[in-house]
Amino acid sequence: MTLAKGAMVAFKNVAHLFRIAAAFAIGVILFLVLRGFLVPKSFGEYGHYRGDALNEIASRPISYASHEVCETCHSDVLDVKKRGRHARVACESCHGPQANHTQDPASVVPEKLDTAKLCVRCHEANHSKPMDFPQVHSADHSSGLPCNTCHQPHSPRIEAEAKKK
Amino acid sequence: MNMTRRQLLILLPAAAVAWEHVLAGTPENAPNYKSAEHWWGMLIDITKCIGCGSCVRACQLENHVPDGYFRTWVERYVVQDWGFEHVHVDSPDGGKSGFPDLGGDAKSFFVPKLCNHCADSPCTQVCPVGATFVSPDGVVLVDPKYCLGCRYCVQACPYGCRFINPGTNTVDKCNLCYHRITKDLTTACCEVCPTGARQLADLKDPADPVHEFLKTHSVQVLKPHLATGAKAFYNGLDGSVR
Repeated sequence: MTLAKGAMVAFKNVAHLFRIAAAFAIGVILFLVLRGFLVPKSFGEYGHYRGDALNEIASRPISYASHEVCETCHSDVLDVKKRGRHARVACESCHGPQANHTQDPASVVPEKLDTAKLCVRCHEANHSKPMDFPQVHSADHSSGLPCNTCHQPHSPRIEAEAKKK
Repeated sequence: MNMTRRQLLILLPAAAVAWEHVLAGTPENAPNYKSAEHWWGMLIDITKCIGCGSCVRACQLENHVPDGYFRTWVERYVVQDWGFEHVHVDSPDGGKSGFPDLGGDAKSFFVPKLCNHCADSPCTQVCPVGATFVSPDGVVLVDPKYCLGCRYCVQACPYGCRFINPGTNTVDKCNLCYHRITKDLTTACCEVCPTGARQLADLKDPADPVHEFLKTHSVQVLKPHLATGAKAFYNGLDGSVR
């Protein structure tokens, strides 16, 4: 049989097409099965990520207990503090993270603080600080004496001076 | 290992159940928290920041950030007169131990930095595996179990807020203390800030004082021209800050 140039010819044997289709179908099924196993259930719950990651991140333990927790026991300190200039300074701002202390107040005791080092963290004079923030040159101001020689850290204004005003 | 077909067929469903359990993750830890009811951001008042570094230290302790890496840090800007293009910026150890006094009479101020938790964040868009994402409550989070450590997001963040944690070799960044804010606590940095220069803001909560503040102050975000939808709002932001 002779054919005109470029004429379409039907495949005489189509069996090999079925084999390719079968291989393709198996591939697709395998992909879907593996995907079902490997992609976590929560993937896509909120977006293109693992929804369970939210809970995992949220369930980490905390280190800073927050001042509300401190105030439930240390209301005496709160009474002093809330009348002074440090009213809005959180307890753990100076005392450090105390979540462990709130869990077990008896055996986990916060360490005593050295006011000579502590107070200058905020109050050492620096040109870059806002002008209205109270600052001192600690070397001139107290010549190395700890600040709590004169100031009570929870309410730092000196009582005698406060009364004069 | 020798195993008959019968044994294998018995084992397979058991393995499937076990795998299901692995995929299920940890149970809900903050049962009263509904992520759809919040949209978190932060308010930063530069006029109040004293550069004490309390936020940087607190962040490190709360989130176990390795030394030399920062989820939040404080920069000091020094601007001579009108030289906005030639600012001097320093951040010794992220400002963790404060700043030495430079003296002089140049304009100088502190700028606390952290992830801006962009609503249209460039970093989450480039992640090839869905390991970083904007949560339904507007926090840009990292799923360390999915992160490959490919660093695309580190390059994509225009604010330089991401790093590769040398301990895990996965990306690390500020997650706005997601483990705290979902328990009705503020972030560690906001908790310890002695001057209230940093305040956590829930933009979906009509009672949050942030709304009144935004209404009555000249507030700016960093690199607004990038339209990232940044949610770290700066009050008193100088034009020299990049």
